[in-house]
Amino acid sequence: MEQTFHAVEFRNITKRFGEVTANNGIDLYLDRGVIMSLLGENGSGKTSLMNMLAGIYYPDDGEILIDGKHAEIRSPHDAFSYGIGMIHQHFKLVDVFTAAENVALGLEEKFDLRATAYKMKEICGKYGFDIDPDKKIYEMSVSEKQTVEIIKVLYRGADILILDEPTAVLTPQETEKLFNVLRAMRDDGKAIILITHKLNEVMAVSDVVAVLRKGQHIATVRTAETNPSDLTNMMVGRAVTLNINRFKPKDPTPRLTVAGLTVRDSEGVKKLNNVGFIAYGGEILGIAGIAGSGQKELLEAIAGLRHIEDGSIIYTPEGKNPEELVGKTPMEIRDAGVALAFVPEDRLGMGLAPGMGMADNMLIRTWNKTPGPFVDKRSSEELAKQVHDLLDVVTPDIHYPVRKLSGGNVQKVLVGREIATSPTVLMTAYAVRGLDINTSYIIYDLMVGQKSKGTAVVFVGEDLDVLIELCDRILVLCGGEVSGIVDARTTTKDEIGLLMTKVGGKEGK
Amino acid sequence: MNKDPLIRLAKRANMAKGKIWMIRFGALVFALLLGSLIFLIVGTSPVTAYGAMLNSSLGKASGIRQVVKNAVPLLGTALALAPCFKMKYWNIGAEGQITMGAMFATFFALNFGKTWSSLPLLLVMGIASVIGGALWAVIPAIFKARWGTNETLFTLMMNYIAIGIVAYLQDGPWEGKKGSQIIPNFDKAAVLPKLFGVHIGWIIVLLLVAFMFVYMKYTKQGYEISVLGESENTARYAGMNVSRIIRRTAAISGAICGLVGFMVASGANQTLYSGVAAGVGFTAITVAWLAQLNPFAMIAISLMLAVLSKGASGLQTSLGIPASISDMITGIILLCMLGCEFFINYRMIFRGKKTEGKAA
Repeated sequence: MEQTFHAVEFRNITKRFGEVTANNGIDLYLDRGVIMSLLGENGSGKTSLMNMLAGIYYPDDGEILIDGKHAEIRSPHDAFSYGIGMIHQHFKLVDVFTAAENVALGLEEKFDLRATAYKMKEICGKYGFDIDPDKKIYEMSVSEKQTVEIIKVLYRGADILILDEPTAVLTPQETEKLFNVLRAMRDDGKAIILITHKLNEVMAVSDVVAVLRKGQHIATVRTAETNPSDLTNMMVGRAVTLNINRFKPKDPTPRLTVAGLTVRDSEGVKKLNNVGFIAYGGEILGIAGIAGSGQKELLEAIAGLRHIEDGSIIYTPEGKNPEELVGKTPMEIRDAGVALAFVPEDRLGMGLAPGMGMADNMLIRTWNKTPGPFVDKRSSEELAKQVHDLLDVVTPDIHYPVRKLSGGNVQKVLVGREIATSPTVLMTAYAVRGLDINTSYIIYDLMVGQKSKGTAVVFVGEDLDVLIELCDRILVLCGGEVSGIVDARTTTKDEIGLLMTKVGGKEGK
Repeated sequence: MNKDPLIRLAKRANMAKGKIWMIRFGALVFALLLGSLIFLIVGTSPVTAYGAMLNSSLGKASGIRQVVKNAVPLLGTALALAPCFKMKYWNIGAEGQITMGAMFATFFALNFGKTWSSLPLLLVMGIASVIGGALWAVIPAIFKARWGTNETLFTLMMNYIAIGIVAYLQDGPWEGKKGSQIIPNFDKAAVLPKLFGVHIGWIIVLLLVAFMFVYMKYTKQGYEISVLGESENTARYAGMNVSRIIRRTAAISGAICGLVGFMVASGANQTLYSGVAAGVGFTAITVAWLAQLNPFAMIAISLMLAVLSKGASGLQTSLGIPASISDMITGIILLCMLGCEFFINYRMIFRGKKTEGKAA
């Protein structure tokens, strides 16, 4: 059958938020049976454009056509009636319900869980998913939850699917599985839009790539006819060197010696089991692992934020006697020079006070350092200005609530503050989570800068390519245990991937 | 046909301060207009009615004194609630904390009123009230900090216990004339002195305004409260002792409430009865929120509410309009004041009002 209309067509779409123009006169189309990657830096307008298609925002100007006809999408409900379904970054599921109950939620058909479960199984079979309809959401892994979200959308008959950074929380293996599902859906004639900024994924799965930059549509190209460096150029408008300056650690001395570390969570589940390693000054130690393998617990344990069941953490500051960190308060550990910059999934949950401005957020590190009952606002303002200038934080004012900043800027504030304390051990987790290439490299440079100063940098990361390029050694965690420490200069992604899923010879999940 | 939604909402960028106050003022005018309708329905000229309200509250010295007297406990309690609310700790037990403070103070007023001289007695009463209020507030806080109990319910229930205790004292041990169910009036030594015709509680609350402003904005403890209110995880990360902050903040809040109780019992009522708090603990919640926890704004809001309530009783006496009508007016004004915040944060775009240059 000859396709005469595009599945989706944006015509001159403009959307403003206050003084910010998120989308500026976007013309873009997508056909059925195609996977399109929507590529762009943070704040380039990817998500807001898609939110207009999904009925969450309404365009200020321009129109959207579905199958060649004008479409009026005022609510997610309207979007569904046009067959549009969006899978958001943050899942919208009821934790205590089963998968089937979540799918049935809000449907206008007769409430019959058995029928729902049966239909879900059908969908699973068709596209190669695997899900137990009776499993409760809170028992599910991130990848399973995502599967439920996708099924939920398919169940409602969506044939235009939008996925907002679906791989951010997945392992390489899970990502590959997801891509297979996407390919199956494409072959079934669905139109799929993938919001992402991971170039390798763009190359791997999509048929066409649409690039947005600063709210404008730069170009749409066929994936087969382009390459990562061209795409990068389109995305950032100028060439970015993808090389990280990695020099040999000079004269590395043990800074942090962890041995036999065992930690349980509040439910008594073992999160770390007999973890041991040494972090050297002047080196970047990467930590890889599937999400939830104990990365968070490890850093929190070192920072004194978790109860340690067993083990020792010996900290050896430059030219001073080694000291035991276990049993010290977070404040004492931090005063000793161990800094933690943890970027949680929601970016704001730990480490920042969302309603406060940059200046008051700087105080989180130093509020207790000055004598007397008052806080020292002046020096925190100065620090805020420094971080602002150093990292190019985009904010109207240093007193502007960080909650209102874009994700990347929030991270800059967090990481910038930790670095500003000139720590001797700097631990960061997911420091570049969700950041665009430019900003990511600013962060990498900062890490390298710390390394050259002799700081022991512990870098928990998600992107294996980055870990391999940035770090000196990589520690791999699997199920709370160290499954290997490899030399980043000689290792391969396959080797790390294998270590991520296997511990002591037995298969992980 | 191209049919846009009739009204769309868009978040506003930051608005100029002046414009915000214009909107708030507009809301007040709108509320007064709505109130006029109600007066018209009950057959009174709005001009006369508003005139009577103003005249009875601000028109004469005795009215103004009464307004200030009403505003003092409101302002004091709103100030007490500010740190709790900033911490997102929902202390709705001000009522009970006021009552407890008043009770502790009354103990000294009744037992030492004849023997002690005024100044030391008043000081002891003040200190006792602070301790009483703080104790009453810190009990739910300890449970919250330790076992994560819900402070909203807990503080609310504590109100009834406090009021019950005073009702018992009033009817039993502290009863004046047998069978009167009234606690005798305080001796002169136990009564707060007056300045410009109003008990000196008004000076105390003004001092408290300055104290609370500085405390919340510039002190470490104030900073701890703000951070904890924003995110408990962040507070822990910053090395703050979360349960201690909860206990301490609740205690400070209760202490100020207790002091308000002392001022009301000793300054305004010159005795104690179970209704000493008279709903101030709840109305102060409105004051605190309308002022967006800003101590200086609380002065204006509590004065406005005091004018309304004095005006209401003025209406009743001079025009015979039932107090319930004035309560409606007060309600309308508060609703409009709260509602206008919506227009400060959002902008409405009506259909047909397209942005530049697009033909419909």
